[in-house]
Amino acid sequence: MTAMTASPELRDSTFHRRRRLITAFAGIGKYTSLAMVTIVAVLPLFVLALASVKTDTEFQADGPFDLPDGLRTANFETAFNDGRMIQAFLNTVIILIISLIGTVLIGSMAAFAIDRFSFRGRGVVLALFLLATLVPAVTTQVATFQVINSLGLFNTRWSAVALYTGTDIVSIYIFLQFIRAIPKSLDEAALLDGATYWTIYRRVIFPLLRPAIATVTIIKGVQVYNDFYIPFLYMPSRDLGVISTALFRFKGPFGTQWEVISAGVLITILPTLLLFVFLQRYFYNGFTAGATK
Amino acid sequence: MAVTQVLDRSPGGSKRLQRPKPHAIAPYVFLIVPVVLLVAFTYIPVANMFWYSLTSWDGLDKSKEFIGYENYQDVMTRPEFYGVFKVSLYYFAGAFLQLGLALYFATILSFDVRFKNFFKGVIFFPYLINGVAIAFVFLYFYRPGGVLDSVLGAVGAGGLQRPWLGDRSTVNYSLSAVSIWRYMGLNFVLFLGAIQSIPAALYEAADLDGANRWQQFRYIIAPGIKPVVSLSFILAFAGALSVFEIPYIMLGGANGSTTFVIKTVDTAFKFNKVGLASAMAVVLLVLILFVTWIQRRLVPDEGGELV
Repeated sequence: MTAMTASPELRDSTFHRRRRLITAFAGIGKYTSLAMVTIVAVLPLFVLALASVKTDTEFQADGPFDLPDGLRTANFETAFNDGRMIQAFLNTVIILIISLIGTVLIGSMAAFAIDRFSFRGRGVVLALFLLATLVPAVTTQVATFQVINSLGLFNTRWSAVALYTGTDIVSIYIFLQFIRAIPKSLDEAALLDGATYWTIYRRVIFPLLRPAIATVTIIKGVQVYNDFYIPFLYMPSRDLGVISTALFRFKGPFGTQWEVISAGVLITILPTLLLFVFLQRYFYNGFTAGATK
Repeated sequence: MAVTQVLDRSPGGSKRLQRPKPHAIAPYVFLIVPVVLLVAFTYIPVANMFWYSLTSWDGLDKSKEFIGYENYQDVMTRPEFYGVFKVSLYYFAGAFLQLGLALYFATILSFDVRFKNFFKGVIFFPYLINGVAIAFVFLYFYRPGGVLDSVLGAVGAGGLQRPWLGDRSTVNYSLSAVSIWRYMGLNFVLFLGAIQSIPAALYEAADLDGANRWQQFRYIIAPGIKPVVSLSFILAFAGALSVFEIPYIMLGGANGSTTFVIKTVDTAFKFNKVGLASAMAVVLLVLILFVTWIQRRLVPDEGGELV
């Protein structure tokens, strides 16, 4: 009996040794799995970067993992010029800027009206916005197309701007959250000083919404830059190509020229990567806020 | 639910700005543009979609012939339409795996890990990449003699090499793997955020009580992140039903990779059967609303504070 129930100290030390061992194994498992997820995430992109600096003959002769002879930019030039990527960047930036301004104005105004006033129909308006979040845009495009068409917006940049601005309810929710944190005593003080509601919105509320604007800008920026569905359906003209549709069109002319396609893909990814590296914190906060609303 | 809360709050509206009559139009002025856009681009399309779905409209004709529920009958009874839902099962299974992986990595990265920010960034970044770029990345990855085949050859598993996207028996597995690669990072960041918002004092207390990592996960982390996990399930389920981009860009829906949304878009814009496509869209909308409703029943709405 005494042999089996060893002294407390002894039992304690075996317990601790076992626990240390488990911790060590857990540590190895932890870092192995992290190394694996890193490889899985990075490898598909890395091999594409290799392909993008090879010549056509080099690409044909090499396996996907063979290192290139040197760094050549010819494929990037081809992608930019023949792939119309400069025009695509321009179109994307135009659409992005107008949609962003529209979204920020509309979102902050709607949030201001809903949070700061009690008025007849407020419940109805809220219910309309709430219900609309349940309708996935992908299901309604068949009918949205007819609306855009009847407004004469088909095959213009305004189709994308209208849809990005007009169907973004998540932004309204983000603004609502932030506006609620701004003390109402600020409005009341301004009101006593004789300010109009427009002045209160413009001078008091809007400047204090800067963090919300940053959040909306990040989410919206990524969404518009990456969207394929809307420009593909509504702007088939080649001159209206945005990044997504211009890259999509690489499929035809560069069908088997993987080194050019790779360059186009890298050109597309690079701006996102740079912004992400420099603004990481904002990205994490933005998407956490955006997805859980 | 959320709406009634707000209504309950408004009688105590002393906190809201109240003004004599001349200014009573102010809130409407601020709301007119947002509401007009909301109606024009969400409610009119939804209403029209229901109406089109009862007609045989081709999208061009001036007149729309009313044909009752015939379109719905087609969607429900012809295997070429309802059959494509089977493809969603692959993405749904993928979504389970994706949420499991996201939960695992969120848990281990919420404890002490070296290069934490690096790993966090690496796991999240794919979510930010342009969908067309991702499609090309994986066309290159899966192509015969491409990256995947080379890796398999190098590790002595050359027997597994196959046309990953050309073979009908593997195409949907390959594509749902792309979906996991793309979306896991978002779930991961959401879970990580939820785990990190759990007060550190709880872990310290658990440590003092001798709880191991599994017990800490089971009794502290799991209950703390339940709402986010349930939300992610709904998003993943709705996502699996409405897959479009990746299979469309990579294969145009070939080799049995056509999803319900690809079928709908083709029916509407390639074959000009707007009536039939509308019926398909209505079916999808009803399915997604049904799933959302189930989720609201299972996990009581904590979103009340949002509105």
